[in-house]
Amino acid sequence: MKQTTLSMDPYNLIITGVGGQGNVLASRLIGNMLSEQGYYITIGESFGAAQRGGAVESHIRVSAQRTYSPQIPKGKAHMVVALEPTEAIRILRDYGNPGVKVLSNMRPVYSMGVICGEQSYPSTEKIKECITASSKASWFVNSTDEALKLGNPIFGNIILIGALAGTNALPLDHKSFEKALLQRMKPDKIDVNLKAFDIGKEMTSA
Amino acid sequence: MTTLNTGRKGEKMLLMGNEAIARGALEAGVNVVTGYPGTPSSEIIDRLSKADRERNLYVEWSVNEKVATEVAAAGSFAGLRSMAVMKMMGVNVASDFLMHLVMTGTRGGLVLVSAEDPGAISSLTEGESRYYSKFLEFPLLEPGGFQEAKDMTKWAFELSEKINNIVMLRTVTRISHGSGNVVLGELPETSPRAHFEFNGTILDEQTGPILTVPGPFAVNLHARQQNKLQAAANLFEDCPFNTYEGPENPELLIITSSVCHLYCIEAVELVDAPDRVGILKLGTTWPLPAKFLKKHMQRTERILIIEEVLPFLEENIQVLACQLGAEFAAKKFHGKGDGTMDKVGELNPTLVAGALSRVLDLAMETVSVDYSENINKQAVDNAPDRMLTFCPGCPHRASFWSIKRVLELNNQQGFVCGDIGCYGMGMLPCGFETVKTVHSMGSGTGLASGFGKLGQFGMDQKVLSVCGDSTFFHTVMPALANAIHHRADITLVVLDNSGTAMTGFQPHPGLTIKASGTELPALDIPSICRAMGAKVQVVNPFDVENAEKVLLKTIEDPDGVKVVVMRQICALSPEKKSKKQFEIQVDENVCIGEECGCNRLCTRVFKCPGLVWDGEKKTSKIDAVLCVGCGVCHSICPSGAIQRKEIA
Ligand code: SF4
Ligand code: SF4
Repeated sequence: MKQTTLSMDPYNLIITGVGGQGNVLASRLIGNMLSEQGYYITIGESFGAAQRGGAVESHIRVSAQRTYSPQIPKGKAHMVVALEPTEAIRILRDYGNPGVKVLSNMRPVYSMGVICGEQSYPSTEKIKECITASSKASWFVNSTDEALKLGNPIFGNIILIGALAGTNALPLDHKSFEKALLQRMKPDKIDVNLKAFDIGKEMTSA
Repeated sequence: MTTLNTGRKGEKMLLMGNEAIARGALEAGVNVVTGYPGTPSSEIIDRLSKADRERNLYVEWSVNEKVATEVAAAGSFAGLRSMAVMKMMGVNVASDFLMHLVMTGTRGGLVLVSAEDPGAISSLTEGESRYYSKFLEFPLLEPGGFQEAKDMTKWAFELSEKINNIVMLRTVTRISHGSGNVVLGELPETSPRAHFEFNGTILDEQTGPILTVPGPFAVNLHARQQNKLQAAANLFEDCPFNTYEGPENPELLIITSSVCHLYCIEAVELVDAPDRVGILKLGTTWPLPAKFLKKHMQRTERILIIEEVLPFLEENIQVLACQLGAEFAAKKFHGKGDGTMDKVGELNPTLVAGALSRVLDLAMETVSVDYSENINKQAVDNAPDRMLTFCPGCPHRASFWSIKRVLELNNQQGFVCGDIGCYGMGMLPCGFETVKTVHSMGSGTGLASGFGKLGQFGMDQKVLSVCGDSTFFHTVMPALANAIHHRADITLVVLDNSGTAMTGFQPHPGLTIKASGTELPALDIPSICRAMGAKVQVVNPFDVENAEKVLLKTIEDPDGVKVVVMRQICALSPEKKSKKQFEIQVDENVCIGEECGCNRLCTRVFKCPGLVWDGEKKTSKIDAVLCVGCGVCHSICPSGAIQRKEIA
C-alpha cells in the first residue's frame, strides 16, 4: 500500500464549470496523473444535458487507502477548481466549509438570464470578496486570457491544472502531467499543453 | 498507449464505469453488441464500436431497444456471446420481446445492460428496471464499483451460459459516468462460427427450434424457466460479488447494492460507527441468495436497507425474512417502509449518514450554521441559475420560432406534442414553450393521432407533433401509420438535424454511417412519409420566411396527415463545426433597444446565446465567440438592425 503523502485522506477535489468548458478532460488528466502514482482515484461526473449551457461538476477523490464514493459528502470539499467564477460560489454552497481552498478562473460565462438582460452578473470584486470570505485560501487567475495568448481558449483547463499543481495541494508535477498527456494525445499536441501547464504553475507557485 | 481493446492482463487503467463494462464484455469474448443511445448508457457501444475490427465484433446502433435485443438474441441463438445495451426506459421498449425470450432461453451468453438514472439527472423519469427481473424471472446483477463493473460483466456471460437464459446487468449514472481504478484481465482469442441449429426436438434447448407455443407447452417452458432461476439462486449463494464487512455482531446491519455500497462505507466513516455497523453488499439482487442472507441476518436484530428509488431489495428481503421463520420476521427493518429513507431521488454519502445518525441516535458533524447561511445567501445573490437552452445556432430554436409564430397567426389555440431529445427543450423558454406534452419516445405523434380525431367532439385546435430524425425510426413510424390510416387531422414536424444530437451523434437508419463508421444505405424520411400516404414538404428552418409560409399553409390544410421535414444539421455536429455561413453584426444606430417597440424581441424572446443584451449601451450585440453565424436573428429583428453578410 502506498504511504500517504496527502494532506487529507481522502483528498476531495471538485472541478466545476459550464458545459463545453472541458471539465471532463481536466478531471481525467488529474485522475490519470494521480493514479499513475498509485493512488486510488474515483471521479464522479454527471453529464448529459450539461452540454447545453448547464453547470457541470466533477468530484475527484484521492486516497492512499481505498476507493471512495463518486460523490463527495456535503460540506467536505478540500479544494474547488472553478473554470467559471460564479460556479465556485455555487459549489461552495453545497460542499464548502471554512477550511476549503478555491482556485478560480475569472473569465465569466454568462447564463441565459444574464445574456438576455433578466439577471445580473456580479462584479469581479464581488465574486472575489465572496469566495475569500468563504474559504481558507484562494487563488484568482485569468486562465482563459492566457489560453487565448496560446491560441485557443480550451488551454484554459490545462493552465488551471498547472495552477492547481502550483498550489501544492496535491502531488502533481510537470513529469506526471507529461505522462498523462502521452496516454491520450497525439505527440504534436504535447508541447503546447506542457507550456500551458507551466504557465499555470507559475501563476500560483509561491 | 494502453487502450480498452489492447490493454493487457494486469495493467491498471482509470476507467469510466461504462468503459469497464465494455472491457468486461471484451474479456468475455463478446461478438455481437447492439443498443440504442440513451444517457447514461451510450459510451458502452461508442467504445466497443472502436474495437470492432481488432476484436472481431459486430456492433450496431439499432433502430430501437426492442430490435437491439432481438438482434443480440439472434447472436446468442447462433451460439455467439452477445450483449444489448440501453437506458432504463429502453428496457420497457424491449420488454415485449423479453417476456418471450426468457421462456425460450438462450444459447451463447446473452447479457442485457440497463443503465439507470436515479434522480433523473439526464432523463425524464427515474423509473427503474430492476422489477423486470422479478416479473420476467431472470437474474439481476448490480456492480458496486468500477472494478466490479468489469468483472461482473464478464461473469454475467458465464452465468447466462450456465443457466441458458438472459442475465441483466444494471448500472446507474454514478457508476456509468464515474471513473475508478481497474486492473485489466485477459482478452481471449475468439474465432466463433455462427450457426443456428434447429433440427433437434422442440424441447432440446441447444439443438431444437426456439419457439414459444401456446397451451400446456408454454406452462412447461415456464417451469423450465423457473428452474433456471433457481439454479441462479443456488450459484449466488457463494458468489464473490456478495460480501460482508463489519463486526461479528453489529448493532445494525446495512444491506445494500450498486453504488450505494460506496455511500454506505463512507457514511459509516462519517458517523464514526465502524464498531456498531456492518455492511452486507449484494451484487446479485434477484433472485436473492436465501442461505447467504440468512447467515448474515442472524448477526443482528436491526437491519437497514439502503437502495435508490423504490424499495425493491427491501420488500424482497422482508418477504424472505418471513419465509425464514418467526425469528427473522420479528427483526426490526429500517428503510423506505418505515420512512427512514425516501422512495424518490438518488442517494449520496451524506443522506446515508443522516439515516444512520437517526437510526443509531448519533451526532453527525456538519458545517456551522453561520457558514452555510452566509454562503447560501451569496449563492442566491451571486451565482445566477443556468437554465438549459439550445446551443447558439441550433436549428430547433429557429424551427420552434416559426412553429410558434404560425400557431399565433392561425389563432386557433393550436399546440405541439413532443417527446425525448434536444427538441424536448421546446417546452422551455428557449423553445418559446411551444411543446405542451412530453412523454416517451414517439409518443408525441401517438398523442397527436388521438387529438387529431377529437373533432367529432368539437375540438377545433390545430394539432402538431414534433420528433427528431432518430426518434422517427425508433417509434414514430407506427404512430404515423396510425394517424394516416385513421385520417387524423395533424401535422408532424420532423426536426431533422442529421443525428442523435442529445446523446452525441450516434447514427440511425436515416444516415449513411454505421456504428463503426463505414457506409450503409440511408432511408429517406420524406420518401417514407410520402409512401405511407402523407403530404410532405421539406424546408430549411434557417430560411425563416419560407419555413413560416409553408408551415402556415400546411397546418391550415384540414385534410389528413401532413408532414413538414425541417432539415438543418445540428450546430454541434462534427461536420458543422467552425463553418460560419454569415458574418453577423448589430447596427447600433438602428437597434434602439427598449425604445424600438420590438420589446427586445431578439434577446428577451428569441434568446440565442450568441446574441447579448448590452445593459450599458442599451442595444443588442453579437458575441463573436458564441455566434455560429446561422443568420436567423437577422430574420427576426423587425427593424432590420441585425445585419448579415454571406461568407463565401
Ligand atoms: S446539440 Fe444540436 S440539437 Fe441539441 S441543442 Fe445543440 S444545436 Fe440543438
Ligand atoms: S447568427 Fe444570430 S441566431 Fe445565429 S448563432 Fe449568431 S446570434 Fe445566434
